[in-house]
Amino acid sequence: MIKFFLMVNKQGQTRLSKYYEHVDINKRTLLETEVIKSCLSRSNEQCSFIEYKDFKLIYRQYAALFIVVGVNDTENEMAIYEFIHNFVEVLDEYFSRVSELDIMFNLDKVHIILDEMVLNGCIVETNRARILA
Amino acid sequence: MALKMVKGSIDRMFDKNLQDLVRGIRNHKEDEAKYISQCIDEIKQELKQDNIAVKANAVCKLTYLQMLGYDISWAAFNIIEVMSASKFTFKRIGYLAASQSFHEGTDVIMLTTNQIRKDLSSPSQYDTGVALTGLSCFVTPDLARDLANDIMTLMSHTKPYIRKKAVLIMYKVFLKYPESLRPAFPRLKEKLEDPDPGVQSAAVNVICELARRNPKNYLSLAPLFFKLMTSSTNNWVLIKIIKLFGALTPLEPRLGKKLIEPLTNLIHSTSAMSLLYECVNTVIAVLISLSSGMPNHSASIQLCVQKLRILIEDSDQNLKYLGLLAMSKILKTHPKSVQSHKDLILQCLDDKDESIRLRALDLLYGMVSKKNLMEIVKKLMTHVDKAEGTTYRDELLTKIIDICSQSNYQYITNFEWYISILVELTRLEGTRHGHLIAAQMLDVAIRVKAIRKFAVSQMSALLDSAHLLASSTQRNGICEVLYAAAWICGEFSEHLQEPHHTLEAMLRPRVTTLPGHIQAVYVQNVVKLYASILQQKEQAREAEGAQAVTQLMVDRLPQFVQSADLEVQERASCILQLVKHIQKLQAKDVPVAEEVSALFAGELNPVAPKAQKKVPVPEGLDLDAWINEPLSDSESEDERPRAVFHEEEQRRPKHRPSEADEEELARRREARKQEQANNPFYIKSSPSPQKRYQDTPGVEHIPVVQIDLSVPLKVPGLPMSDQYVKLEEERRHRQKLEKDKRRKKRKEKEKKGKRRHSSLPTESDEDIAPAQQVDIVTEEMPENALPSDEDDKDPNDPYRALDIDLDKPLADSEKLPIQKHRNTETSKSPEKDVPMVEKKSKKPKKKKKKKKKKKKKKKKKKKKK
Repeated sequence: MIKFFLMVNKQGQTRLSKYYEHVDINKRTLLETEVIKSCLSRSNEQCSFIEYKDFKLIYRQYAALFIVVGVNDTENEMAIYEFIHNFVEVLDEYFSRVSELDIMFNLDKVHIILDEMVLNGCIVETNRARILA
Repeated sequence: MALKMVKGSIDRMFDKNLQDLVRGIRNHKEDEAKYISQCIDEIKQELKQDNIAVKANAVCKLTYLQMLGYDISWAAFNIIEVMSASKFTFKRIGYLAASQSFHEGTDVIMLTTNQIRKDLSSPSQYDTGVALTGLSCFVTPDLARDLANDIMTLMSHTKPYIRKKAVLIMYKVFLKYPESLRPAFPRLKEKLEDPDPGVQSAAVNVICELARRNPKNYLSLAPLFFKLMTSSTNNWVLIKIIKLFGALTPLEPRLGKKLIEPLTNLIHSTSAMSLLYECVNTVIAVLISLSSGMPNHSASIQLCVQKLRILIEDSDQNLKYLGLLAMSKILKTHPKSVQSHKDLILQCLDDKDESIRLRALDLLYGMVSKKNLMEIVKKLMTHVDKAEGTTYRDELLTKIIDICSQSNYQYITNFEWYISILVELTRLEGTRHGHLIAAQMLDVAIRVKAIRKFAVSQMSALLDSAHLLASSTQRNGICEVLYAAAWICGEFSEHLQEPHHTLEAMLRPRVTTLPGHIQAVYVQNVVKLYASILQQKEQAREAEGAQAVTQLMVDRLPQFVQSADLEVQERASCILQLVKHIQKLQAKDVPVAEEVSALFAGELNPVAPKAQKKVPVPEGLDLDAWINEPLSDSESEDERPRAVFHEEEQRRPKHRPSEADEEELARRREARKQEQANNPFYIKSSPSPQKRYQDTPGVEHIPVVQIDLSVPLKVPGLPMSDQYVKLEEERRHRQKLEKDKRRKKRKEKEKKGKRRHSSLPTESDEDIAPAQQVDIVTEEMPENALPSDEDDKDPNDPYRALDIDLDKPLADSEKLPIQKHRNTETSKSPEKDVPMVEKKSKKPKKKKKKKKKKKKKKKKKKKKK
């Protein structure tokens, strides 16, 4: 089950955050800073799966933006890794060559796309055409 | 009025929408907080307006701000207003905000129930969709109960878009309101065969999640899933199904057998790494359940291991990580197949990536054997020296200790080597696992009687070293080792070479800078040392020496009496009194040593961790009965405290003289046990040395094994562990020679007719006899107690509530409550009831009908009232 989905830039600013389990608001910022710190400290050669407290973090870097997904132990890490890429491809198609600014200014639309793909922590739809219909 | 509206619309032109907000924040990088608080004020103004578009805009901005970390719970009511907008775009914004910020504690959620219900039954599929999506994030048990029925009907909606979402949200509903699982389950099963693949995969997802927690309820669905697995091409769905099978196979071995074939096909054919990984995982799970007697499956294991090796050798770090992860699972049941890849794993230990190193460490844990333990630990020690950050180093430390101590020190052949490793580890700075090392030292010293002399000499060297005292400020730091060192020296003081020297080391003034619990142990053990010194001196008839030692104690103990820690103070003052008493006796030339050493008679053995719980309550003792009369008046309470203090002051002067009493000892014993139970630094999970619970001497006297020390053990200071590796090799070589000699002798004696297996050229693990045996293996428990693991499950686990048997037919009481609105439906109900009544009775008599109608009308009228 996916616990949360974050998009954070290199300076540590959160561009998008979606939590599938309730987390207190002050704990959220703390969580986000810690997560981004551990992701930033890794180089390109290191693997994209980190163990953090009681969940696993799977992250991918696209230019200056990190997409981090937190899952619990039971998920297949490779599948989530591919899912992140799938999501970025969908955004690419919708915004035609998406950039960080696109995400910032159209946050609600990005949320809706994400909602189409993930519901309640489970991956629902991965077909690009159907999501954007 | 008109002017207001015009004014209002002009105002609206200057409102910021989300994009302006974002731009503004970017422009105001310096005074961001101020700008945002300004914006929040503007938003509050906007929310007060009647125009729904304005409100929606405001809520949209609030969502963004919430993401940045600002709390927006004050706007909950406004969000609900926006949710009730008729236009879809506004409604969407409202639901988005709700899903981000509502949680179980939000009071206004009750107001949403009706709104959500309206949206769920709305003709527009988008409305329904957005309601479902938003609902998933903030469903509460009340909401779940109320809306379960509606969502269930939605599962059979015409549009697959809705069906998909409804299925997924049922999972959340199940979690919050477990009673809904039974009625909804048949519908869920139908969805598995839904023509639309989206709905199908959603249903698979939900059942997978459910089955993972309570797999036995879903076994009946296995054939259905099997069919799906063989027919589906969607990788995501396949992964989920395979995972589900992995959870089911432990319960149904035949299923496992059937699965091996298609899974191995998939492994060969698929190009998707994720699918490969999942298949390998499940094959491992299957093979674990079949491991009892399936020799022909070794081929599958070999296949898996092969594929994993390919993964590990891949340059992509992710694949390496996954390969190692899966290997560690195989390790648990088929360690031999993994052992051949030991070289690869040792290579991974040197990898730059920390996650990979950690995984490799985990694997090593299962791959140690008596032969390679020393090499592996040596390699790990070099890593420990190299490790930069403290977390990795700590992890290494814990791992080293885990590896060495597993299964009662099964793999350690030379305990001296182990103790020297532990001592080397104490040289590490800045570690948080000092107590682990301390615990290990204590454990080894107690359990392996033969090693005590060596341990004691090491510990006394430790006590002398100044740098450990210097780092005493850190919690759980290396100074915890001094705890162990002091205790070991005290308890086994008969092995000490120079007890006087050690005594002085323990009484140094710098000791008072140590943490309280360590000082307490110091004080206690100083007395034990003192007792043994006294014994020695009296046997040698050195009266002045004895008196000098006593004087030393009298001089140095007062520094502990002044300590801030309560425990230290108490012990020190008790002991000081005792020593002064002894001094007086010594002045009269009375031999005291016997009595003093009687204070510490008896051996301390490790006690099992659950021993406390297992103590049977003695007969005639009712733990629930009141001990005192419950306090009734408040006035009597006021008087009592004063009286209590009076009594205490009178009691205190009486206490001092009765030092060496039995009661005193029992009290001290209790206090010590209490202190150890309450001490957060005291590790209870590993067997801790405590006084026997019952006073009867029921110790099993396990025979002490005589060790054959070939090399004299004069150790100057802290030894290097390398010499032990050489020692070990020599020893094993010698052992082997002896065995070969014995075998040859046996062969000569043997008759020629018998056949014999040729002597194995390589030693197996069992041939290597350890240099020192672990003597005390079992732990103490109260009589007739059995070790059991009942108390580990968490009673509040929500998943336990879902452990329901789904095959039983639905009882009437379990049907979902369908809510009816009294006002709107009472007029309809008599008409509704009539056709139902007609159906029930085959030959309705007109009179009966009328009577029933009248009865029901009367009932309704009564209800209305």
